[in-house]
Amino acid sequence: MDLILVNLIDGLVTGLLLFMLSAGLTLIFSMMGVLNFAHASFYMLGAYFAFQISLYLGFWMGLLIAPLVVGVLGAGVERYGLRRVHQYGHVPELIFTFGLALLIEELVQFIWGKNQMPYATPEILQFTAFSIAGNSIPAYKIFMIFISIAIFIGLLYVLTRTRVGMIIQAALTYPKTVEALGHNVPLIFMGVFGVGTALAGVAGVIAGPVLGTFPGMAFVLGSIVFVTIVIGGLGSLWGALVASLLIGWITTFSKAYNLRMEDLLTWLGFTKPEPIWDSAWRDLWSITSPQIADILPYILMVLILIFRPYGLFGKRDA
Amino acid sequence: MTDQLTTDPTKPAQRIGAGSLTVPLIPWVLAAALLMVLPFIFTANSAITIMNQMAITIIFALAYNMLLGQGGMLSFGHAVYAGVGGFACVHIMNMDDFFAQIPLPLLPIFGGLMGMGLATIVGAFSTRKAGTVFAMISLGVGELIAACSVIIVAFFGGEEGISGDRTYGMPFFGVEFLQQIEVYYLIAAWLLISAALMYLYSRTPLGRMANAVRDNPERAEFLGYSARWVRFFSFVASGFFAGVAGALFAINYEILTEENLNTTQSGLILLATFLGGVGFFFGPILGAIVFTLVQTVLSLQTELWAFYLGIVFVVTVMFFPGGLAGLLMMHVPAMRLGKLGRLGVPYLKTLGSGAIGCLGAAGLIEMTFHLRHASAGDHSMTLFWITFDSHTILPWIVAIAVTFVGLGIARRTAPALAEAWNEANTPDGAPR
Amino acid sequence: MRTKTMLGLTTALTLAVSAFAAGADTIKIAFIDPLSGPFAGTGTNGLHQYEFAAEELVNKKGGVLDGDMFEIVAFDNKISPKESLIQLQVAIDQGIRYIAQGNSSGVANALTEAINKHNRRNPDDRVLFLNYSAVDPALTNDKCNFWHFRFDANADIKMDALTDSIVSNDEIEKVYIIGQDYSFGKAVASAAVRYLGEKAPEIEIVGNELHPIGKVKDFTPYSRKIVASGADAVITGNWGADMVGLGKSVLENGFTGPIYTYYAAADGITAAFGDAGVGSLRLVAEGQLNPPPNDRASEYIQAFKAKYPDGNLSQARITNVIEMLAKAINEAGTADDVVPVAYALAGMEHESLWGGNLMMRESDHQLIQNVHIMEHTSDVVHDHDNSGFGVKVVKTVEMAAADSPTTCEMRRP
Repeated sequence: MDLILVNLIDGLVTGLLLFMLSAGLTLIFSMMGVLNFAHASFYMLGAYFAFQISLYLGFWMGLLIAPLVVGVLGAGVERYGLRRVHQYGHVPELIFTFGLALLIEELVQFIWGKNQMPYATPEILQFTAFSIAGNSIPAYKIFMIFISIAIFIGLLYVLTRTRVGMIIQAALTYPKTVEALGHNVPLIFMGVFGVGTALAGVAGVIAGPVLGTFPGMAFVLGSIVFVTIVIGGLGSLWGALVASLLIGWITTFSKAYNLRMEDLLTWLGFTKPEPIWDSAWRDLWSITSPQIADILPYILMVLILIFRPYGLFGKRDA
Repeated sequence: MTDQLTTDPTKPAQRIGAGSLTVPLIPWVLAAALLMVLPFIFTANSAITIMNQMAITIIFALAYNMLLGQGGMLSFGHAVYAGVGGFACVHIMNMDDFFAQIPLPLLPIFGGLMGMGLATIVGAFSTRKAGTVFAMISLGVGELIAACSVIIVAFFGGEEGISGDRTYGMPFFGVEFLQQIEVYYLIAAWLLISAALMYLYSRTPLGRMANAVRDNPERAEFLGYSARWVRFFSFVASGFFAGVAGALFAINYEILTEENLNTTQSGLILLATFLGGVGFFFGPILGAIVFTLVQTVLSLQTELWAFYLGIVFVVTVMFFPGGLAGLLMMHVPAMRLGKLGRLGVPYLKTLGSGAIGCLGAAGLIEMTFHLRHASAGDHSMTLFWITFDSHTILPWIVAIAVTFVGLGIARRTAPALAEAWNEANTPDGAPR
Repeated sequence: MRTKTMLGLTTALTLAVSAFAAGADTIKIAFIDPLSGPFAGTGTNGLHQYEFAAEELVNKKGGVLDGDMFEIVAFDNKISPKESLIQLQVAIDQGIRYIAQGNSSGVANALTEAINKHNRRNPDDRVLFLNYSAVDPALTNDKCNFWHFRFDANADIKMDALTDSIVSNDEIEKVYIIGQDYSFGKAVASAAVRYLGEKAPEIEIVGNELHPIGKVKDFTPYSRKIVASGADAVITGNWGADMVGLGKSVLENGFTGPIYTYYAAADGITAAFGDAGVGSLRLVAEGQLNPPPNDRASEYIQAFKAKYPDGNLSQARITNVIEMLAKAINEAGTADDVVPVAYALAGMEHESLWGGNLMMRESDHQLIQNVHIMEHTSDVVHDHDNSGFGVKVVKTVEMAAADSPTTCEMRRP
């Protein structure tokens, strides 16, 4: 029972981190129709910038400055890259962001080298907040939860309660009409792209110390972010939140408990072939849930796309 | 609806065979001759290995372009069809009795069928929608099968993969495929066959409908074609040729690993295809050639090859969405007008100096890299056959000067090039 | 268009092939390992160690035979079996007879098979495979061949030493085994179960699991399980980012017992653990850096650090590769025909720069050497990653597994 609570907290941390990435991505998608493959790369840039800044000014200045730098970079990419590619259609846009992701990874290796950076949590947060049945919950995790929730509330407030948010929401659905009303839609696009990438930057800053700051960190997280927003429904902030938490908890729980395929198959009424090591199905029988935990989101996504192509909360087709 | 598609191709195919095929026959004969002669020019085994790799990539890229270029379907997991075809072939190689009865050159058929079988299963649900849904399903399925490769050890052999020996097959007219050169001719033959088949496919009504569905699925539906089935058939056909490429890989390397299936491989083939240009049939061929050279030859020269590749790729997408093939084909109108020659001098001025400028920039990048990452005390580096001390100021001045002068001249002469370009593309006597 | 392509092809291919047609008095060793991509750090560091060893241990002493010098030629295999085979072909074309590779047992498996086939099909330009780091036991058992020599202790030998250390520690009653889901991770797990069962059946294995390799973002759920299981010690074969991720997560979660590892040192890992790893991280490896075994070794390390301040002498065995190869070539009297060189290497005894004797076992071409248990500590003379931390030998098994059985049935030319 205690372990369930611990895993709920761990899954929450993973899920909220995923949410910070997918929130920006889903906003960008719903506005411009672009699936930004380089989104996780901005997350990586956030971590590296913050590490570099923390060497001189400490962790907190890194948390403040790095996302801004990433956001400005993102806006620049939109202004000088994506806007140019936009005229060729959606597929080149997608391919552009794909190439950008490769380029950013190479660039990071060029500047910082290939080893993991010793980017650490700030000392003020290096203590155990509380422990449940011998499992300690570091204070930093609590800090991560608070930051992510604050960002979600802030985002929700801006989008639904402010004038800027109204214009963004309108531009999501009727960009032509909004433009006709005299709003500068390209500027809004650039702004949303900048904010979306800055969010990814924040995620990088706070995840870098715990998940490691290394050139492969974007690749590890890259495609799972897509999976999240596809499951949640493209363009839906609530969908992104629900899907992120769902993925966080599914992967955490399937890693924390050794559910065995053997039990499932036996329960379904199959008999185990003997001798097992000679059977063509031996690998199927020996699968355990931690082995497949990280591919469960992909299975979920494929199923959702087949049966409900607009995702859990989406309103329109992907 | 489906009846139409399955019965129709027979009739017009004959028509095409008689009519439009005679004209483009010359490039094919030339290509065949070139493939015959190449090993006499490049005799080294490594050159032959690189050419084998090139040919395999070409088939794979062409198969990929059946989806991307001709069908408008962006797949992020196409490596699995090639990979699974290859794995099946290695398993056949390891079935001693069965393999001893089939000649090696027939093996790719089995690989193709395997790729096709998998594509039929996946295509059954993934081709219902194009666009993002298709792309995401392809990504998901790709990740799933790649992840399975380390879990299902019986078929995929885990991380170390599975290997076989091609020489245990039935001797083919006395050839046992011991030497690389024999394998080269096998692969070259399959390259010609598959390329020709894929070209013919693009000429069938089905291939044409794939274009129509790509450009405007709604209108295609109104014409009475099911967009979904058109996509499905393209997908299955593409799966077959991807499987052939995988089988040739199995023959050439005699080993398949998880690397053949993963998303990196899928991404690389997307890169190669797009670099060559998706708009023309020969685009992926160019892309595959250039890409293989960069990967195997440039990587011997510099550690930063992937960095340059990334830059080239992003620049291509931004400025030349037609890829290399698109660039080449831009010159066709000027050639028709007989004015291609007039572009020569402006090209030399702008592109020549631009290229020198780019080399200068690459030199700067290399020097920065050397300065940051080389061992202490190791100040000497070699660049473009010149050895110098990277910690002195002179090489930097030279490199910066070359970069700026080169790019500067390119910038200055660009308007003249644009002028010449317009001039070359305007028929004589036409009002300007 | 076709002529244009042809032209590019010609230049590029000739470039690739001609660039290496240098002097005749060098004996070239092809170093085929990742020099770009995620494992480039390890590969580049290994290359530096090879270059330094060749220069310091052979060339400065006048070379081999009649003054022939060693030259290391680097090939980037991007840790891909396919690329390795291409680069192997390029290397053979350049007349290189000695292939050194180490990172990833998957690549080593591909290479050893390709080299075996190549040598059978092309008796005129045979090559030797000097495996300095791939530790999959199969390479010197079922998959062994005459051309392959392994200079590292294999996973079974290391586990033998490691379980000795566990058994001698009375405080350890429960052990948790966790590793990456692939051939090496499985080999480690099964060896651990086997040796613990033989040596100390009373030790309980409270967990034995595999996780996807290189895909786990957050190890927290695993470390929760480890702590909840009440384990006193953890055994893992993880390397790279998986090692750092697992280790840090387990320690953060309040685990205080020893973590027995194969690869928790250098390449940024030592620096990443820093103070947190002290008292917990144990490492099983050959090659003693701390305390320094002798003056010669200390001088060698200092000279290396002077040349590569950011580098690590993380693979001490590389000096053994170079020294033993030089000795074998001198004994054989030729470097061009690898068969006598291979015969000279097989059964060779040698005194290592790092102390202790080495013996290349004839039956399976596995080097028998001292295997050490080391711990991660700041009490070192020579640190890793310039972090002030390093590994110190706490226990030594002399000539480990010298009489261990092998299933190798070697066919000799």
